[in-house]
Amino acid sequence: MAVERSARLMQGNEACVEGAIAAGCRFYAGYPITPSTEIAELMAASLPCVGGRFIQMEDEIASMAAIIGASLTGTKSMTATSGPGFSLKQENIGYAALTEVPCVIVNVQRSGPSTGLPTSPAQGDVMQSRWGTHGDHPIIVLSPSSVSETYRLTFESFNLAEKYRNPVILLMDEVVGHMRERVDLHSLSMSVVDRVKPTNKREDYLPYDAAPDGVSPMANFGDGYRCHVTGLIHNKKGYPTSKAEEVDFLIRRLHNKIDHNLDDVLKYEEYMVDDADIIVLAFGSVARSAHNAVRRARQNGVKAGLFRPITIWPFPEAAVTALAQKAKHIIVPEMNLGQLRLEVERVAGSRCQVSGINSIIGELIAPDQILRRIMEV
Amino acid sequence: MALQHAQDYLRNAMMPHIWCPGCGHGIILGAILRAISKAGLDQDKTVIVSGIGCSSRASGYMDFDTLHTTHGRALAFATGVKMAKPELNVIVIMGDGDCSAIGGNHFIHACRRNIDLTAVVFNNSIYGMTSGQYSPLTPRGKFATTAPYGTIEREFDLCDLAIAAGASYVGRGTTFHAQLLTDLIVKGIANKGFSLIEGISQCPTYYGRKNKMGGPIDMMKWQQEHSVNAVAATKMTPEQLDGKFKIGELHNSPAPEYIAEYDKIIAARRA
Repeated sequence: MAVERSARLMQGNEACVEGAIAAGCRFYAGYPITPSTEIAELMAASLPCVGGRFIQMEDEIASMAAIIGASLTGTKSMTATSGPGFSLKQENIGYAALTEVPCVIVNVQRSGPSTGLPTSPAQGDVMQSRWGTHGDHPIIVLSPSSVSETYRLTFESFNLAEKYRNPVILLMDEVVGHMRERVDLHSLSMSVVDRVKPTNKREDYLPYDAAPDGVSPMANFGDGYRCHVTGLIHNKKGYPTSKAEEVDFLIRRLHNKIDHNLDDVLKYEEYMVDDADIIVLAFGSVARSAHNAVRRARQNGVKAGLFRPITIWPFPEAAVTALAQKAKHIIVPEMNLGQLRLEVERVAGSRCQVSGINSIIGELIAPDQILRRIMEV
Repeated sequence: MALQHAQDYLRNAMMPHIWCPGCGHGIILGAILRAISKAGLDQDKTVIVSGIGCSSRASGYMDFDTLHTTHGRALAFATGVKMAKPELNVIVIMGDGDCSAIGGNHFIHACRRNIDLTAVVFNNSIYGMTSGQYSPLTPRGKFATTAPYGTIEREFDLCDLAIAAGASYVGRGTTFHAQLLTDLIVKGIANKGFSLIEGISQCPTYYGRKNKMGGPIDMMKWQQEHSVNAVAATKMTPEQLDGKFKIGELHNSPAPEYIAEYDKIIAARRA
């Protein structure tokens, strides 16, 4: 009998699937698109083995709809996509945010706009991951830089989705998705978080009754609570309302439940930032190049540091503000024309200089490019 | 077991409903509720999924687990519900534009998979909620706010479309033939696979007014005069059938059900 080894060489997309199944994902709906397709392929192979179900839907819109439907029965659910497919997910991401249905959306970013440069790496969906669906809505977006971190953050995405009853987006990029690294799954054991279920009787249960920054227990379809779920603005009972105070309470609560729990939601990594004059702020695969550049800058006697947001949205505003107060310059390398830099500039204000290194040619930004900029400033 | 009254399945807190006086949708809603009662479905194990539009507001009025989704996507949401918990009975309510235009792709693929859902389409030949635009089921030549000179588009026959796409049970009723409609929905629920029941409904506010069809009673008389029972239709000539539409059971062809087939894979993988 073959002994299952816990450590093996694994692709980012593969680690995503492993993390999802370990977190309890038992339903996947998707549509083929590179560079995320391996996630669908591996889910198709893996889910039946653990009693879960996979379906290849007719399009991305339907895939997003299907995972929301599945999640309403209490089944942890996920979809994955890239580029144009992420645009199509947006309609029902908004539905999940308003109806507070936990679900995970993986976007292995590729070059755009439109069909773009299939299927070269890019990070052009930073703003779409925040504002892609219409209307004010809460969202949590996590971005991994390595294969093992892809495993952990996929797992964490499910936990956050369940805890906050919110869609969580795992914003990968093609480099991380297709890169292979050694991953030891045993060393990555994590605790599973499940949504809170109601304990009161049907007559007493209000599916959207929560404190102004709270999350209410969620009944499964089929458990006898006979809930109404609608994309209309709803009251605590879940019924449509246009009463000003009820509308205001709901939309603010949806934001507060995330914004008042930033200590729990925000994750970031700092490397040699304490005395740094120059901070490189980078995420995803570009943070790997940035790490290398910072280390070499230090060897050259330059006080450089790396700040790597792992939670992209909400943006780690307080931490970046603190860095901007100490540093002279923040360099933001990213594979787009400066989407995250906009946010850094907003937060840094006039406290320090901010500049970008921007690549849109479908190639990873190299450590030398970042090192050169560090030495220049 | 004594049958429950249809009104016992209504959420009184959601009343009054939004439908105009004379709208046919309440009759179709009544037919669905009577069918649920006749079929003996467990109220706590039945999920109603709807899209967006006048008809799709019905889900909110029904005392089950109910899911009022996005425009055209009801079948895609329902597919997720059913796949994740196949023991639930899932009934999907859509309007004609909802199902056949923006949801057309989801519709043909749900038919093709033969997944065990019962879809009831409220066909009033118009987009009512947005005040009277033509849909893919508006007959050619008819008027709508976006077809001020008459629509030049050819209409779908939704039942033929479902049959061609692979649905295993298809029937059509009208708000005039409400008992037939109920019976068809009962059979649709009993069918292990994808069932489409088209309910022809009247919209006196927009479709009737734009096309000078009179009030709701006139529109229901029109349904009576222009419908032909599917069995009777087999003995009629094309000339006799011209301008008429068929009602009754149009297709009953059991086929392997999607989730049952999927579960064979699960069983084999876990053996």
